[in-house]
Amino acid sequence: MPAPEVVSALGVRFGAEAAPLGVTIPAASLLPAMRALRDTYGYRGYVTASAIERAAAFEVAHVVRNLDANDTLFVRVTAPKDLPEIDSLAFVYAGAEWHEREILDLFGIAFRGHPDPRRILLPDDYTGHPLRKDFAMDTPWGYRP
Amino acid sequence: MSDELPILGRPAPEAGTALDEIAEEVVRFPGGGVALLRAETLFHWAQKSSLWPLTFGLACCAIEMMATFAGRFDLDRFGVILRPTPRQADVMIIAGTVTIKMAPRIRTLYDQMAHPKWVISMGSCANSGDHYRNVYSVVPGVDHVIPVDIYVAGCPPTPEALMEGIFALQRKIMEGDRARA
Repeated sequence: MPAPEVVSALGVRFGAEAAPLGVTIPAASLLPAMRALRDTYGYRGYVTASAIERAAAFEVAHVVRNLDANDTLFVRVTAPKDLPEIDSLAFVYAGAEWHEREILDLFGIAFRGHPDPRRILLPDDYTGHPLRKDFAMDTPWGYRP
Repeated sequence: MSDELPILGRPAPEAGTALDEIAEEVVRFPGGGVALLRAETLFHWAQKSSLWPLTFGLACCAIEMMATFAGRFDLDRFGVILRPTPRQADVMIIAGTVTIKMAPRIRTLYDQMAHPKWVISMGSCANSGDHYRNVYSVVPGVDHVIPVDIYVAGCPPTPEALMEGIFALQRKIMEGDRARA
């Protein structure tokens, strides 16, 4: 469970709201909040990132970890469906780079300031983002020898 | 030898009797070390007796393939010896799910193999895609990429099934059915 004092401090400083396993943070204050988590609150380990397509918006969850306090925090940030774009954490946590590329690959969420925004799993010439709800299972992907 | 472990699958042929498989086509001259037979038969017999596979383990089928090549089943006794490079291989065993990113690599390695060459598709994924058939990243069957000679059913096939696939390929070679490519 996330430390309650960290959740409340994030709420005061960055307008974060408590959410399951962590906080939901406004997209505008993602970068300063993550820098504060890393430098001030001791969350120096980057664990993983995941993305969800909700009915109203995309949601990206970054998972960071404080190894001294043995605490894991989910930092959620939403991106609107008509412009799915959020700030990249690659220069805050180096480990976020490939996780963000995977989300870009499968969900098509762009990460502003990412140093290498290419697909990571699917072929470079693949069209579409297959984990989106509007990706039809019978999309003609085709194998081109 | 009752104290030996039983060997699974087909027993290995006795030493010195291998040519008996094509005995009806061989004309021996009595008293001399000369025999007559069709060159094609001899070549097919040699090809099927030294199938060197390029292994292509792509998923869990590779584990069964490794078990088949290991000591308990021991494909060496049939002349099947693994090769790590396509230049030395006669047969390609596609063991596992073929993704659209791997498909061009399979095609490249197949093209690098010297003629004559054959392909064994091992397992449901390589045969048809199976339950990954409509997945966004999977080719529904390796025969979209390269021509396949033998399909081995199973998910994954047992070592005995893979051995039976290899024997079926040997029968096919003896019948003179060359690779299409």
